[in-house]
Amino acid sequence: MTPRLELRHIEARYASGGAPVLQDVTLEAHAGEVVALIGPNGSGKSTVLRVAGGVLRPSSGQAAIEGSDLAKLAVKERARRLAVVPQEAPVPSGLFVREMVALGRTPYARLLLGPTAHDRQAVERALSVVGIDNLADRRVDELSGGERQRVILARALAQEPRLLLLDEPTANLDLHHQVAMLELVRGLSREQGLAVLAAVHDLQLAALYCDRMILLSQGRVVCQGSPETVLTPPLLLETFGQRVVLSAHPTHGVPLVALVPNGNARRLTPT
Amino acid sequence: MTKSHRPPTFFVLGTLTCLLAVTILFAATFGAVQLRPDDIVRMTLNHLVGAGFTPTWRPQDEAIFFSIRLPRVAGAALVGAALATAGVLFQGLLRNPLADPYALGVSGGAALGGALGFLLSISFSVAGFSPVPVLAFFGALAAMSLVYGLAQSGGRAPVVTLLLAGFAVSAIMGYAVSFLLIVNDRLQLNLPRVYGWLLGGIAVTQWSQLGLAVLMVSVAVGAGWLLRHSLDALSLGEESAQELGVAVESDKRLVILLGSLLTGAAVALGGLIGFVGLFAPHVTRLVIGPRHGLLLPAAALVGAAFLVLADLLARAILAPTEIPVGILTALVGGPFFLWLLRRERREYRL
Repeated sequence: MTPRLELRHIEARYASGGAPVLQDVTLEAHAGEVVALIGPNGSGKSTVLRVAGGVLRPSSGQAAIEGSDLAKLAVKERARRLAVVPQEAPVPSGLFVREMVALGRTPYARLLLGPTAHDRQAVERALSVVGIDNLADRRVDELSGGERQRVILARALAQEPRLLLLDEPTANLDLHHQVAMLELVRGLSREQGLAVLAAVHDLQLAALYCDRMILLSQGRVVCQGSPETVLTPPLLLETFGQRVVLSAHPTHGVPLVALVPNGNARRLTPT
Repeated sequence: MTKSHRPPTFFVLGTLTCLLAVTILFAATFGAVQLRPDDIVRMTLNHLVGAGFTPTWRPQDEAIFFSIRLPRVAGAALVGAALATAGVLFQGLLRNPLADPYALGVSGGAALGGALGFLLSISFSVAGFSPVPVLAFFGALAAMSLVYGLAQSGGRAPVVTLLLAGFAVSAIMGYAVSFLLIVNDRLQLNLPRVYGWLLGGIAVTQWSQLGLAVLMVSVAVGAGWLLRHSLDALSLGEESAQELGVAVESDKRLVILLGSLLTGAAVALGGLIGFVGLFAPHVTRLVIGPRHGLLLPAAALVGAAFLVLADLLARAILAPTEIPVGILTALVGGPFFLWLLRRERREYRL
């Protein structure tokens, strides 16, 4: 089966002639799976998302969406196939939630005519899938951070994408909203066959909600596979420079990553 | 909790069109010779649809209305619409609440072009326009091309660079005008006229001038409306707009091109009228919301009605002396804008 997203030997730079930010990155995301990009700050997670989203042209290598070369795809067609939930973006003032979500229909907009019945349905469906029907008539600038993040997710879903790219979807959210966000994303991937590639900081959440993990370090893929194969103490020490011990999640059995702190941490048990 | 019930499009545009028509009618009655509004309506209907009302007015009234009063008032409406539309386009593109039609160097370029028109002893006429407006028009276009050329590198023109280049080019050309005013005798002799022109005043004397300007403004407003989806998406930032399938850089060039045509046409008809292009878009956005499909035509109507009113006051307050209309747009529009801004309690951003 053709992968929804396929990156082959990607090299990327921010300035031509500058140092490469990504080197030889090869990865895939398939229908119905949630793939986590993990790695320390500056390892290139966001850059991978920018290349996959077609916003940054790789200096070499191939990027393809459902088998079509991303560089040759018209921008509108690209926006119909993949949607991005950015980490932070300006929120225009005075816009109602329903209007904001309707901006997700931009790649389908007609030059002279208004929205079609299908456009309106797609917006309502996105509102209800994300569970924000009740917010539809509120102003976006009045919402809390967690609500706003859901509005942006709904906007992305209104694009009716085949691939969803998320940049730190749980950053700035409280405990409950972190879990709720990832529940939603994995549910969408299961039920609608959406392919999801997400940059995630929190390894614990990644282990609970991602089918596969890709560990990046200094712009290269160090390891990819199931969370059980990627989350190993030596690999994490090597890439993050942090000692950890693993145990099993008490209710779900997935790897539980415990930090091993240095001398200044609190301690209740004797050494 | 606020309900998302926006007033329907036809209601907003219908109301504003009526408002504009009433303003035009009202403004057309006033002048050295007073005309009756009902006479004006009957004259117009006779003219447009051959209604066949028996004239209750003198023949010269008809001549005054059609060859002097109407071109002037229509010119004011056109300039207001052009400046307001250019303001919406530039505020949307630059995502800066202080952006106005002159943001990308136009004021300096037009002033320099206009000053050269006063200075050089050349005389020609393009569709009824004398050298001053023609040179001002091309000065505006030249300044904006220069700003875009300076701001772009590698096919990209970042918004902040555009704004700064616009500011710098405008300042350089503006001070070049000041320098010319100081060193050139010919300009000094014409100082009141030059100064009055810089402050702006509707100077339409012939229908041929309006014909060309109507064509330019309506093409640019229509083309701007076709970019409404891009402008809406740009309010989320350039990267998000790109991810929503907007060809950001080419749409940016289009917006700048349309904005400069609109501003150039406005400058040719009315000099450098300030404030309309800044405040008409804001006032409209505060009332009907930020979506460009409605904002663009609504702001154009608001700008048109407002400038017709300002031009009427400019003619009426110290009649028969005319005040430069730019003074009135600021003195009347400014306080109204501030009142509206204070009334809107929530923080207003673009």
